[in-house]
Amino acid sequence: MFLAESFKTALSLIVNLNAELLGIIFLSLKVSGSALVIATLIGLPLAALMGFRKFPLKGVFVSLLNTFMGLPPVVAGLLIYLFLSRSGPLGFMGLLYTPSAMIIAQSILAFPIIVSLSYAAIVGVDPIISQASRSLGAAQSQVSLTIMKEARFGIMSGIIAAFGRVMAEVGAILIVGGNIAGYTRVMTTTIALETDKGDFELALALGIILLSISLGINFLLHLVQRKGAVER
Amino acid sequence: MSLALTVSNIRKSYSGKPVLEDVSLSFDRNAVYVLTGPNGSGKSTFLRICGLIEDADSGEIVYTSEGGMLKHDIRLKRRITLVLPRIGLFNTTVFKNAAYGLNIRGSKGADAARRVDEVLAFVGLAHKKDQSALTISSGERQRLGIARALVIEPEILFLDEPTASIDEKNSAIVEDIILDLKAGGRTTVIMTTHDKDQAGRLADSWLTMHAGKLIPHP
Repeated sequence: MFLAESFKTALSLIVNLNAELLGIIFLSLKVSGSALVIATLIGLPLAALMGFRKFPLKGVFVSLLNTFMGLPPVVAGLLIYLFLSRSGPLGFMGLLYTPSAMIIAQSILAFPIIVSLSYAAIVGVDPIISQASRSLGAAQSQVSLTIMKEARFGIMSGIIAAFGRVMAEVGAILIVGGNIAGYTRVMTTTIALETDKGDFELALALGIILLSISLGINFLLHLVQRKGAVER
Repeated sequence: MSLALTVSNIRKSYSGKPVLEDVSLSFDRNAVYVLTGPNGSGKSTFLRICGLIEDADSGEIVYTSEGGMLKHDIRLKRRITLVLPRIGLFNTTVFKNAAYGLNIRGSKGADAARRVDEVLAFVGLAHKKDQSALTISSGERQRLGIARALVIEPEILFLDEPTASIDEKNSAIVEDIILDLKAGGRTTVIMTTHDKDQAGRLADSWLTMHAGKLIPHP
């Protein structure tokens, strides 16, 4: 009975486009979206560099990145907290408990996923592509660009997977964002807080939306991977 | 002809196993040169080395034009092209595949599009130009590979087993394309095949490769 009531209230919050709810969803998308853009802008060129150049200890670097794909968000949060706290090396910037700190945290979580999966996609491109491109008169930079284009579905999968991870994580943004109402409170941290308080309606409403977004992301991922597979 | 190729004393080994042994040859006229020989005789390696896709262990590959020796730089590489047996089509439309060589040379717009359309019509693929290149048949892939090479009007066109993996009908189309090029007299074609009848139909000059050595066809 109690569960049914909570569900009913949650659905009415969604249907009525509750302002608080909308604010929280918007901030979540803004933080995770910005983190994704930053991680992609830095990660993709790095993945390309790793894919096209040889350098010492590359294998170790790739293994490290793969390990960091599974970096527990709370650990990432803790490390960034130490850096951003007042006595930390970047404390003077006053970023702790701001959306910027949350973006930094999620960028760090998204980064290894984007780099690792993009790198795998780039080195997975059939070597015949590079030979064909070269034989048609492409300069080295044009060959590289052609390979990146061929890897585009794998790269997109990596970016979508990273988005799924940062949208769902709570540990890092809770620590560095502080869950301040109307300022750094996002979907996952609200769910954690409201559940603690015993106010399940808002938590449930956000849970439903988060699940829907997750479903959307997975559907997109499936589409991209299917397109990549069909066109191979 | 403007571009001539002379190779002398080419040697190449893979993991210590010699593939080419002291191969020398001159390609100095606009003609169809056909190289036959059993699998593993070194034909493809020879073609890749001549096409500047791979380096020889020793020996010289000399391209000359109007009496002058040319450096193996991007400018020379843009005057020749090699169609690989597996082609290596890009994951995009037939048209964009054919346009690739022009795009990377900075040639875009209506003139370039017209040139691509002409070449696609020449190889009989005009009706498939908007289709994904990865969904066409193996014979059409081969023709697209040739179209992609012809669009840049190479002075020397290397074809590595252009009909090895396609049916008779497509094979005949490819042969017609080569015969048309021969009649046009502007492109030197250097190709490998293991089909001796085909070699007989196409070759102005027929050479045989055996165990890494080049011998004139009897």
